[in-house]
Amino acid sequence: MLTADLAGPPKDAAIATIALSKRYGHFQAVDSLDLNVARGRIFGLLGPNGAGKSTTIKILTTLLDASSGSAWVAGFDVAEAPVEVRRRIGYVPQLLSADGALTALENLKLSARLQGLRGAVRAARVSEALAFSGLEAAAGKLVRTYSGGMIRRLEIAQATLHYPEVLFLDEPTLGLDPVARRTVWERLLQLRQTKGMTILITTHDMEEADVLCDELALLHQGRLAVTGKPDELKAQVGAHATLDDVFAHFSGAALDHGGNYHDVRESRGTIHRLG
Amino acid sequence: MFAWLYESAAVADAEVRKLMRDPTELFSRAVQPVLWLAVFGQVFSQVRGIPTGKLDYLDFMAPGILAQSILFSAIFYGIAIIWERDLGIIHKLLVTPASRGALVLGKAMAAGLRGLVQAVVVYLVAVALQVDIRWEPLPMLTMAAGVFLGSCIFSTFSLIIACIVKTRERFMGIGQLLTMPLFFASNALYPLELMPGWLRVIAAFNPLTYLVDVLRSAMIVGGESAYSMPTSFGIMLLVFAGLLGLAARLYPGLAR
Ligand SMILES: Nc1ncnc2c1ncn2[C@@H]1O[C@H](COP(=O)(O)OP(=O)(O)OP(=O)(O)O)[C@@H](O)[C@H]1O
Ligand SMILES: [Mg+2]
Repeated sequence: MLTADLAGPPKDAAIATIALSKRYGHFQAVDSLDLNVARGRIFGLLGPNGAGKSTTIKILTTLLDASSGSAWVAGFDVAEAPVEVRRRIGYVPQLLSADGALTALENLKLSARLQGLRGAVRAARVSEALAFSGLEAAAGKLVRTYSGGMIRRLEIAQATLHYPEVLFLDEPTLGLDPVARRTVWERLLQLRQTKGMTILITTHDMEEADVLCDELALLHQGRLAVTGKPDELKAQVGAHATLDDVFAHFSGAALDHGGNYHDVRESRGTIHRLG
Repeated sequence: MFAWLYESAAVADAEVRKLMRDPTELFSRAVQPVLWLAVFGQVFSQVRGIPTGKLDYLDFMAPGILAQSILFSAIFYGIAIIWERDLGIIHKLLVTPASRGALVLGKAMAAGLRGLVQAVVVYLVAVALQVDIRWEPLPMLTMAAGVFLGSCIFSTFSLIIACIVKTRERFMGIGQLLTMPLFFASNALYPLELMPGWLRVIAAFNPLTYLVDVLRSAMIVGGESAYSMPTSFGIMLLVFAGLLGLAARLYPGLAR
């Protein structure tokens, strides 16, 4: 706390946390987390079920209050200036966030309006988003008729209409086929390249972490187990180690837990929605 | 202020589109008022069991049944909110800079518009049963305003319950538990004067009473309101403002 008060956030960081913690009753979901994500990075948050990834994202996106510690996103304190943070972020939740009873166009319009886009800018951004997500032909169809990949692309488009500085995605490729998964990666790389967005994703997919992310942090039982570039982490574990080895090495004990009912509900819910 | 209304309108627009895609729901909601008016109303106006002055009993209860149908459909609005929570739709709305109050107001406005459609249905039934309807513009406007405001009140009440109980099962239980007492502790089926003292006290705190009271003179030829229009609308607006404030505070809790 003291360091936080004195030093404040590192000015160049897109995301910074100091001793960030979240308790549910006696259960410590996030425990003294220190993170620092530089602008323009694609940062991967890894960890077994129940490690605290979604909880961390919810705090950073102002949906959840931390129990203690501090967090800054795009230079603003999430607890003190939540609205300033919301103006600068996009978020694709782990669960289904596009409205199945609306068309893609209606979903995009709603997001654009709530993000404060008006008039000609709004219209331009919405058509840009439809083109970007490759949904122009399906724009007038109800989203409940879409495939999982189309829904994910729509959700990413909805979350980036206002060109956020920081984009959060919670397991963006869960349940997608390999082609749809690659399309999502391409979209994210494109956003980073053209808009300079900082992107934080969570994933259980080690290939995704390896291919997409510049930097990784591995959470284990709410604590930061290790952080670094994919290659550095592999080198730490062994000469020919893969990210799977890294994951097992730093969270081995948790593999047989496999999370509790809440975790299963969250991740199965995500799979159901696509089925 | 302008941004606030703009955000509410955006939410209301999306909600209304969803409602329009599901007209079966609207028709299934019309069944209850038909039964109440056609069966209960017809029988009771024959037996003259409830003294309603000069008014035929069917005429007397028609505004009550309109108010009831508003209450019953608005009170289950919370189910949709819980559904949105079980997905991630609420999370998506809450990470935008939009005011929480505006999000909640938008939902209420959509419920208000849906209430108006409901009113059309009840009017059709009432006309078919030869209820003596007032067709002048001012009473019609008063009726529409009352129906809109009443729908806003009960849908926001429902949203608050959804924010508290958070699961569908518990919500269904509480929804059933609340609607009947709200209905019976009002002047929908019998005049206030017939109630025992304790029930009258409860009825005076029941927003449904004021809605029915407004509708009684606005909808029916010869119908009389016990309270003045400014009193009834004033109370309903106050109740709505209070509920809206509470809902705006509780709504973000759904994403936790
Ligand atoms: N509302 C809640 N009440 C109580 N415990 C909760 C709540 N939300 C999350 N938890 C618990 O906090 C821990 C962290 O959950 P979180 O959803 O952040 O995990 P995760 O890393 O995202 O897991 P997954 O990979 O399964 O999505 C879990 O043990 C979970 O059961
Ligand atoms: Mg998660």
